[in-house]
Amino acid sequence: MSVLEAMRMAMHGVAANRMRSLLTMLGITIGVAAVIILVAVGHGSAVAVQKNIEGLGTNVVTIQPGGFGFGRGSGGAQSSFTQLTTKDVKALQDPSATPDIKSVTPVVNGSVTATFGSASYTPNQFIGTTPSYAEARKSPVSAGEFITQQDETAHSRVVVLGQTVVTNLFGSQSPLGQTIKLNGIGFEVVGVLAPKGTNGIQDQDDIAIAPLTTTQSLITGVTGGLGQIIIEAKSSHQVDAAEAEATSILTPGHSSNGTANFRVLNQASLLQTTASTNQVFTVLLAAVAAISLLVGGIGVMNIMLVTVTERTREIGIRKAVGARRSDILAQFLSESVLLSVFGGAVGVAAGLLGSRFKIVGVQPAVEPYSVALALAVGIAVGLFFGIYPANRAASLRPIDALRYE
Amino acid sequence: MPSVITVKNLVKTFIVGEVEVRALRGVNLDVEKGEFLAVTGPSGSGKSTLMHIIGCLDRPTSGQYFLDGEDVSRMSKDALAAVRNRKIGFVFQGFNLLARTTALDNIELPLLYSGNAMKAAERRKRSMEVLKAVGLENRGDHHPNQLSGGQQQRVAIARALVNEPAILLADEPTGNLDTASTVEIMQILSDLHASGRTIVVITHEAEVADRAQRVIHLVDGGIESDRRTGAAPPVTPRFAHDDSAEAISA
Repeated sequence: MSVLEAMRMAMHGVAANRMRSLLTMLGITIGVAAVIILVAVGHGSAVAVQKNIEGLGTNVVTIQPGGFGFGRGSGGAQSSFTQLTTKDVKALQDPSATPDIKSVTPVVNGSVTATFGSASYTPNQFIGTTPSYAEARKSPVSAGEFITQQDETAHSRVVVLGQTVVTNLFGSQSPLGQTIKLNGIGFEVVGVLAPKGTNGIQDQDDIAIAPLTTTQSLITGVTGGLGQIIIEAKSSHQVDAAEAEATSILTPGHSSNGTANFRVLNQASLLQTTASTNQVFTVLLAAVAAISLLVGGIGVMNIMLVTVTERTREIGIRKAVGARRSDILAQFLSESVLLSVFGGAVGVAAGLLGSRFKIVGVQPAVEPYSVALALAVGIAVGLFFGIYPANRAASLRPIDALRYE
Repeated sequence: MPSVITVKNLVKTFIVGEVEVRALRGVNLDVEKGEFLAVTGPSGSGKSTLMHIIGCLDRPTSGQYFLDGEDVSRMSKDALAAVRNRKIGFVFQGFNLLARTTALDNIELPLLYSGNAMKAAERRKRSMEVLKAVGLENRGDHHPNQLSGGQQQRVAIARALVNEPAILLADEPTGNLDTASTVEIMQILSDLHASGRTIVVITHEAEVADRAQRVIHLVDGGIESDRRTGAAPPVTPRFAHDDSAEAISA
């Protein structure tokens, strides 16, 4: 009997019991679709996080006060020597000691309530920093200009606002040239940042930026120390060198009992860490999906066993007129493979369709390998779980099969 | 006349629980080509077991069985399947047609398993020929449940004949039929015999056995009597049936 004939018979068998075949296929369909969608969600969130981190600047090393095991949050105020100061910034800016560093940007964090007319809004983030921030953090302005060196030296009362702050204070009005009050002190809006969107945790556009000098003298006070120092390396492969230089400069003045009192965050290594975290996440999702594919396969086996029992007499008739063991095997194996191929194909379609929609805030990114893998595994599952029932059918003795009621 | 079936000292024992049942205790039988043989006997006499072994659906415990000159008693399962396909045409009491499959497709079934690559059109043509031979040429597209019992049995006979088997083996072919259909089926068998077919019918009905040339009576797994009725083959072979008898029975 040819493969074509076996396929034709299998088609007949599948079509003979449409509802049951459909439900069996559904198991495989859901499994395949789940694999595709969940892998796409995992990959999509990885892509999003990666883009966000890259948005922070990949050639960047961030230094924050406080060690890993203590310091911030471990009760009480930070001791003064853990603070990062403008003196540290000066030391880091020395080009002879730091040949791999392009720019050093100090940042202080404050909290303000901004008012404009009757509108009042508290930005999620208020920072005081220097002009190099715009490049290091990849936060260019979309209108007006960023704070300048003159603003720094003159302690100008100017502010650059993120899109969210603008919307909350001004609505659709242009904010440029307007004066808003930060904690009651008037600041002129000189620029609006280009929108960056959310990084998954917070709205990156919910920010107001003022000159470091102005911020320290009017809002945070000079004694508070810096929130962080952003160091930009000259190129992507000088990041590690820049990190080492910064660490060696800061360590003498910022350590107790040989432990550094500051943290260095390397964007590149952060990127790597999140990539591997996402890998684990994706594998986990895929595993859950694979289980549903397995369950679908067991469904195929279950139905095929019922089918074999139900069609015992048919098997007997076929054997009586000369069907060999291999003929029966081929027929029933074709049937289960056909079920899983159909189910798998529909699953791929459903998976691709489902991946077009945002799922819990993540835009899924379909991985081509997951489609091929899911389909291949789906068919393999049908083949594997079809073997036992088909074998059972093929090994029935013709007289027993014929006598079966 | 050459022998189509030669059975020597055939023994078949079944183990039922812990009891050994001897269904056949040394049967010897020769069936010549072109013979019309009826096997009768009370239930439990071993006639079904004999039919299964002759039909290569089962293998004997001991003894030899030559079918068309080949020793089939020790053949492998696949070889037996091939023998069933080429040498034996079965007609069962319960018709045993595939439901949800048209009459023509049912008849084609043995051709699908015959191993030689017959083209689909050729298979169809051959199936149509035998369907015509049993007088159902306009019922090819009907499913079994759209046919009367007599018609179903005629389709089954057509299926049995499609591969030109050496013997036609009928197990109570009229057991599920009314009198009119019985007469008709027996007429077909007589006609086939007249055209030279070797036919073995298992039956417990006297009027069916009467049609045969030779009647074997089995009792307790052995041949009790073997009598040749000498009944001459029917004079007028009649293949093309009209459906009038069916119409009455339906």
